[in-house]
Amino acid sequence: MTRNLITPAQNTWCPGCGNFAIQHTLKDILAGLEKEGRSLDDVVLVTGIGCHAKIADYLNINSVYTLHGRTIPVATGIKLANPKLTVICCAGDGDAYAEGLDHLIFAAKRNIDLTMIVHNNRVYGLTTGQYTPTSPLGFKGKSTPAGTTEYPFNPLELMLASGATYIARGYTRKMPQLAQLIRQGIAHKGFAFIDVLQICASFFNMTEYYQSRVYDLAGHDTADFEKACAKAREWDYNRDAPIALGVFFERSLPTFDDRYPARDVSAGESTRRIRDLFEAAR
Amino acid sequence: MKEISVLVGGRAGDGINNAGAMVAQLLNHLGYFVYIYTDYPSLIRGGHNFALVRAADKPVGAYNDRIDYLVALNQETLDLHLPHCPDCTVVANADLAKSIKSGQTVSINAILKTESAPPITGNSVMIGAFAKAAGIPWEIVLEVFSRHMPKAADENLRVARRAYDEIQTARPVPAIAGPPRTLLSGNEAIGLGLVAGGLSHYISYPMTPSSTLLHFLAGNAERLGITVIHPENEIAVILMGLGSATAGARTAVGTSGGGFCLMTEGLSFAGMAEIPIVIVVSQRTGPSTGLPTYTGQAELQFVLHAGQGEFPRLIVAPADAGEAYRWSLAALHLAWKYQIPAFVLADKTLSEGTYSVDYDTLAGLPVADPVFWDGQAPYRRYHDTPDGISSLVFPGRKDAVVKVNSYAHDEDGITTEDAALVTMMVEKRRRKEAKLKEEMNRYPCVSVRGTAGATTALLCWGSVRNACDEVAARLGLRVIQSVVLSPFPDQQFSAACEGVQHLIAVEENATGQLAALAREHGVSVDATVLKYDGRPFTPDELFLRVQEAIAP
Repeated sequence: MTRNLITPAQNTWCPGCGNFAIQHTLKDILAGLEKEGRSLDDVVLVTGIGCHAKIADYLNINSVYTLHGRTIPVATGIKLANPKLTVICCAGDGDAYAEGLDHLIFAAKRNIDLTMIVHNNRVYGLTTGQYTPTSPLGFKGKSTPAGTTEYPFNPLELMLASGATYIARGYTRKMPQLAQLIRQGIAHKGFAFIDVLQICASFFNMTEYYQSRVYDLAGHDTADFEKACAKAREWDYNRDAPIALGVFFERSLPTFDDRYPARDVSAGESTRRIRDLFEAAR
Repeated sequence: MKEISVLVGGRAGDGINNAGAMVAQLLNHLGYFVYIYTDYPSLIRGGHNFALVRAADKPVGAYNDRIDYLVALNQETLDLHLPHCPDCTVVANADLAKSIKSGQTVSINAILKTESAPPITGNSVMIGAFAKAAGIPWEIVLEVFSRHMPKAADENLRVARRAYDEIQTARPVPAIAGPPRTLLSGNEAIGLGLVAGGLSHYISYPMTPSSTLLHFLAGNAERLGITVIHPENEIAVILMGLGSATAGARTAVGTSGGGFCLMTEGLSFAGMAEIPIVIVVSQRTGPSTGLPTYTGQAELQFVLHAGQGEFPRLIVAPADAGEAYRWSLAALHLAWKYQIPAFVLADKTLSEGTYSVDYDTLAGLPVADPVFWDGQAPYRRYHDTPDGISSLVFPGRKDAVVKVNSYAHDEDGITTEDAALVTMMVEKRRRKEAKLKEEMNRYPCVSVRGTAGATTALLCWGSVRNACDEVAARLGLRVIQSVVLSPFPDQQFSAACEGVQHLIAVEENATGQLAALAREHGVSVDATVLKYDGRPFTPDELFLRVQEAIAP
């Protein structure tokens, strides 16, 4: 039975919001998985808090609508408890790069088998317009009316340094490519990181800026770490430069969940072993 | 009460805990109940460490100021402790304890050299020396070494035997009838109780005094069929725990006060999203970093109120290893039945103290079972029911869409800001709490001990109960121990207080936190006996303090 992938919840994203593109892309990917015979019962969507996270209410699949910044630890727990599940995180840039940055680095370090989609609109939307870790220097937000006094960091470079085994960047106005990047990320066994440049129609509309600078990373050798670093540094999220889209780096390594073997001890056996430990301590 | 106390002291890094454990096993095999208290600074090496082993013909869970045997690995042990126990029997390491006025010495270095034994066997010399001074038959030494030092037992026994032969019996400890019992630390008991309750995942970031629980479960993970994870910080700990519980794995996390501070947003998430989790909080002396390796009972009000918003929580505070096992087991079951956070509130005294336990006496608390989805009507994660408990199912189950949400949500788990829906869900969670409170009447939430009809009672919680028991026995008092602190067991508590004219709260904090809780529930405390220097009450000290409180 094919399920209706959209819940009856009323959609409250602003008109023109980049989240629609990500939602449609994910919906199409899920429908595709179902067509291939995969059960969507085995998919869990984990979101943070922010505009992006409403996707948990809108997509009719298992979801955990967590806390700001905390998608990754929750998703890690889910994956460890049931490695058969396909776990997809949707997080905002405030979530992934500010409040939960430690978890992001550790997820990459562990190579936990998750797909991390960062809805990177480079502004806090739901709290009505403050700078984020990827806002450009001088960004005038409500908390920094005179402009920010700090440089953004480059999440791709950070992920390369942290050991992520799949690193890609997409753009909400290049939906076919975005779909390909997410699909490949879900198929990737290990920590798949996708930074998605997303338009915030209300507080930071970068459409024109992105349209004139993005290009496709066709022909890039995704197995070459040094080249991946060079490509990731081409645009630093601050100064003007061409913005590459596509897969920067991919490699295969054992995953965190693989390294925790399934334990199969029956209740009766467990009771016997507890007794043994009591006996040994006499 | 027939009792013996042995203090083993030396430098941090000398393996004092292990030496104390071997002394405890020797007395255990003589038929005694034992208790071990370890005192050590927050250091890896250097500094003074001691283990105090108290053995008695009745269960004990506290150490006293009186010491019968002093086993000194160095001079400092003599300097620090001998003035307080001038009559005790001394066995000292001649290599480091140079000025000894009475007692006997053995040279660890000389014996190790003669036997060509490695330095690690040095403590066995002292154990052998103590055994002989205490007149413990060699067969018992042999058995204890074989059972509890199986690696290189022969080598250790050889050096122990040399010391045994060099030393004269000074003060023989009489054997008493009774089989050796299991000796477990509070943290080991918590861990085993959780596993008996079906624990699948334990997640923790190291923090004294909870770390030995992490170490124990990690060391036995394969044997016990559990997964143990040490993540990047306590925020990740609790969120990972909530993730694994959401996917159906019975999960517990552990920390101390400072780590628990970081867990509070996750705690509140568990309350709102109705995710079962057991949180072991082992208290140490605060505030802030405080005294990392010393004890305290200052987190009761914190754990009672932690987390934004209002939601039900279970808090149990066991007093000894046996209670720690039983109540950790029960807490995990109850967390799952009610889909709530459940706390096992311990302290350094309990976590790192070692107690005599008899496995066969540990059964008996009711088992609460969760309600699972029957697969009939479409699954609704937060389906409203008369008792507020929605059925459980986990992602991966065919035809169930499981939506878990930290926002106010409807029965399907979709975010809502609708006033009527919000009210309904608050009341659903309140009904769960009422149902839990009702169910807790089946459990011995309040323990009445000592002289049941006495009109003066000591009110306590957690490990302090053990010292209270002894004082009550000496003074003919009643002891009222609240094992369950949330939901507050009003009925059992009032029944326990019936006929009490003078209620004295005994707590290891500066404000009387249980006294405040009791007051909130209509029971006023007449006096408080408080201690907040990081050291547990000894029965002797408490005896004097209680006497002052009774007749000021």
